[in-house]
Amino acid sequence: MNNPPLRRVRRAGRVREANKSELPARQAGLDQMMDRSATASDGALDTLPKRLREQARTRGDGVFLREKDLGIWQPFTWAQAEKEARTLALGLAAHGFQRGDKVAIIGDNRPHLYFGVGAVQALGGVPVPMYQDSIADEMQYILDHAEVRFAIVEDQEQVDKILQIREQLPQIEMIIYHDPRGMRHYREPGLEWYEDVQTRGERFEADNPDYYTDEIAKGQGADLAIMLYTSGTTGKPKGVMLSYDNLIRTSLNGMAHDRLTDREEVLAYLPMAWVGDHLFSYAQAMCAGFTVNCPESGATVLADLREIGPTYFFAPPRIWENILTSVMVRIEDAAKIKQRLFHYFMKVAERVGVRLLDGEPVSFSDRMLYRLGEIFVYGPLKDNLGFSRIRVAYTAGEAIGPEIFSFYRALGVNIKQIYGMTEATALVCGQSDGQVDAESVGVPMPEVEVRIGDSGEVQFRGPGTFMGYFKNPEATAETKSNDGWISSGDAGYFDEGGQLRIIDRAKDVGKLNDGTMFAPKYIENKLKFSPFVLEAVAHGDGRDHVSVFINIDLDAVGNWAEKRGLAYTSYTDLAARPEVYDLIGGEIEQVNAAMAGDPKMAGAQVRRFLILHKELDPDDNELTRTRKVRRRFVADKYKELIDALYDGSSEVKIEAKVTFEDGREGTIKATLAIRDLEPVAALAKAS
Amino acid sequence: MADEAGKHIGEVLLSASNISLSFGAVHALTDVSADIREHEILAIIGPNGAGKTSLLNCINGVYHPQKGTITFEGEPRADLAPSEIARQGIARTFQNVALFKGMTTLDNIMTGRNTRLGGNFLKQALYWGSYQRDELEHRVLVEKIIDFLEIQAIRKVPVGRLPYGMQKRVELGRALAAEPRLLLLDEPMAGMNVEEKEDMSRFVLDVNDEFGTTIALIEHDMGVVMDISDRVIVLDYGRKIADGTPDEVRANQAVIDAYLGVSH
Repeated sequence: MNNPPLRRVRRAGRVREANKSELPARQAGLDQMMDRSATASDGALDTLPKRLREQARTRGDGVFLREKDLGIWQPFTWAQAEKEARTLALGLAAHGFQRGDKVAIIGDNRPHLYFGVGAVQALGGVPVPMYQDSIADEMQYILDHAEVRFAIVEDQEQVDKILQIREQLPQIEMIIYHDPRGMRHYREPGLEWYEDVQTRGERFEADNPDYYTDEIAKGQGADLAIMLYTSGTTGKPKGVMLSYDNLIRTSLNGMAHDRLTDREEVLAYLPMAWVGDHLFSYAQAMCAGFTVNCPESGATVLADLREIGPTYFFAPPRIWENILTSVMVRIEDAAKIKQRLFHYFMKVAERVGVRLLDGEPVSFSDRMLYRLGEIFVYGPLKDNLGFSRIRVAYTAGEAIGPEIFSFYRALGVNIKQIYGMTEATALVCGQSDGQVDAESVGVPMPEVEVRIGDSGEVQFRGPGTFMGYFKNPEATAETKSNDGWISSGDAGYFDEGGQLRIIDRAKDVGKLNDGTMFAPKYIENKLKFSPFVLEAVAHGDGRDHVSVFINIDLDAVGNWAEKRGLAYTSYTDLAARPEVYDLIGGEIEQVNAAMAGDPKMAGAQVRRFLILHKELDPDDNELTRTRKVRRRFVADKYKELIDALYDGSSEVKIEAKVTFEDGREGTIKATLAIRDLEPVAALAKAS
Repeated sequence: MADEAGKHIGEVLLSASNISLSFGAVHALTDVSADIREHEILAIIGPNGAGKTSLLNCINGVYHPQKGTITFEGEPRADLAPSEIARQGIARTFQNVALFKGMTTLDNIMTGRNTRLGGNFLKQALYWGSYQRDELEHRVLVEKIIDFLEIQAIRKVPVGRLPYGMQKRVELGRALAAEPRLLLLDEPMAGMNVEEKEDMSRFVLDVNDEFGTTIALIEHDMGVVMDISDRVIVLDYGRKIADGTPDEVRANQAVIDAYLGVSH
């Protein structure tokens, strides 16, 4: 029984046959489990605390967590982890912890906070991990709404934040901090050091030796396991309730999909409050028995990544992009010979690497050339980035640039797209090996059903479907239908290969007058993959064709202009240059060509564009603070520009108010040119 | 939020009595007497050229005053070289960052252990014998300082590439590596932005609190001085014109005339 049940799920057929002859009695139970795995996870191990205890029993000396401390990776074995969680849990019990109590977990990814999660779950409580960088006011809403009674926090910084708002939070009884630094002179009631609580737990255990085991035994798969507050772009954050069944079955399905084993190494560096961290760095580790590594600090993640060399890795597109940029910058600085070597072998990799990774046939000479590249370029580069051992890497959350995506795949890094949301326990779709591209997000995960609603909205149902929003039945009813279908709010469709493609938020999707679907963000994202385009705003809902506003990237275009000896004085000046219009026009034509290859999108090619005279700016309310375009505001403010895009004129005068950084206001007058583009014939896929 | 009542200011650790220092006709210090007590944070303030840095330089042996004596841990001190004084437990940082620019943060802080590294030159050069064990122990202590100052991310970065505020922090780290009893900080927050100043203030308080290190610092930012120091000495034209708690000093008419100006 060394292997957790995932192995059996994975190779269900074979195991069943092999065991039948040997152990008929036990096999009956196994069969039962296998059958039920379609509907529920293993009855005996249906909660995470049960799994933690099982891991400690079967692989006690194996490493569960590592933390880089004082410059050295310090391991915690499964047995140590179980003991840490147990003593903390019993310390909480000694303080009158009740089943169902909510416990805030606040801090960076630290082993002792993960043990805190384990302790709370063992007692039938509900951990509520929170974003460690949120300010006190934001914390207050969640601490209050979740009815948090205990808080387990990393250090003084978090303690201070809670103390600051404690008056408004009478239900908080105890704040447990792990790092005692700077805490010596605090005299507030209910402030406890983590290790003191554990010491009390040891005493409690001496008096109540069976308490811990009994409490764990009371837990069931359908119990509420964790509450994760979604950051929520609109309105107040909502507390997503996930059960052990949600977590365990989704974990097992994800493991089956990508054949994860107990030998994986992951880096836990994304916030604990994010569903992905709880799934990939906690629940899946509990199920598979692999090792989770906590970086030294937020600032050292890339260095720690290299030292650990994870085999299973998640990063949002932004991080993949940053890593690629840092590589390119370093190559620029390298010696000429190295640059040539790099560029030569990257060309080889682009031609050969992706095909190799997808298991497609490759000629012998190419294979040899790629192997040579592996020795000279890919191997050392991957080692430098910490990607040498990656078997499976995920990206999700946003669209990723195709050239970024193919760069990693060409190197042999098996990066794939997944699609999911907190309400689905993170996983809805994922790409299978051999069917990976930058456009789609893959096929439904095992046991998950996905359908496209009438309005083009992606809906899904599966074992990860959340229990509901905490204390918010109206929102739950809006998102989750009676028969368990969840409305994602994303518009998407299945392509010919049966892969899901996400195009935009459903509410932003419109139609052109000829009925073609118009997904502004889809088009904007494609445009923004060009290094010269900083921002794009697409128009087209209820119009005859698509047209766009472009913001050029001043650095990139400025650099480009400099190399051509093109003098300019300001953004406005540069943006109005015909040469720049030619440059951007060429970039848009490439996007059009790509869209022509996709029957659903061919009709929504960009026909007219203009380059804005100023950068869209949060100070002018045109962007949110997280730099998302405020579509409606921009449409309103630049109505005359939009009108000009659709009345056929070749230029438009604009007089606009701008707010300078010091708060003064001024006006900019400019004449903006408008360019027409010929659509690319919607021929069948060129490639 | 912290309850300061727990802090215990002890006996006089270092005492300067009637010291005078002049360079030719320039009287840098005239008949200055000052005590530094165990565990306190003492701020030395005054206009430019008042003799603040000269006072620190006398304390750590860069200058030897022509008149007066300096008593450390109850013992009157002969004129010692700065290195010998460092060995006695007095460490400092400088007004202008004085680090080894080409060396990493880690190596710079390791140099702070130099006064305590044993073994002869050969053992050090060959990284051999008892020296190897020693260096490992020193490394642990240095790592604790890196952790304490939250500079893990720049451990292996040559300090020349670091921004100024970070260099100041590394310099503090190097001074801490000597495990000083008395830490002298010469304008630790000069040239920093508000956020960096807050961070540095926090570290000064934490050093004082966690390690019980006695700290004497020169600082121009009155907000910082009034916030973090237990006691303030004011110098003007080489003379001490005030000595007391921040509140007393703030109310002192001589200080207002010489330095603070009208309250604003």
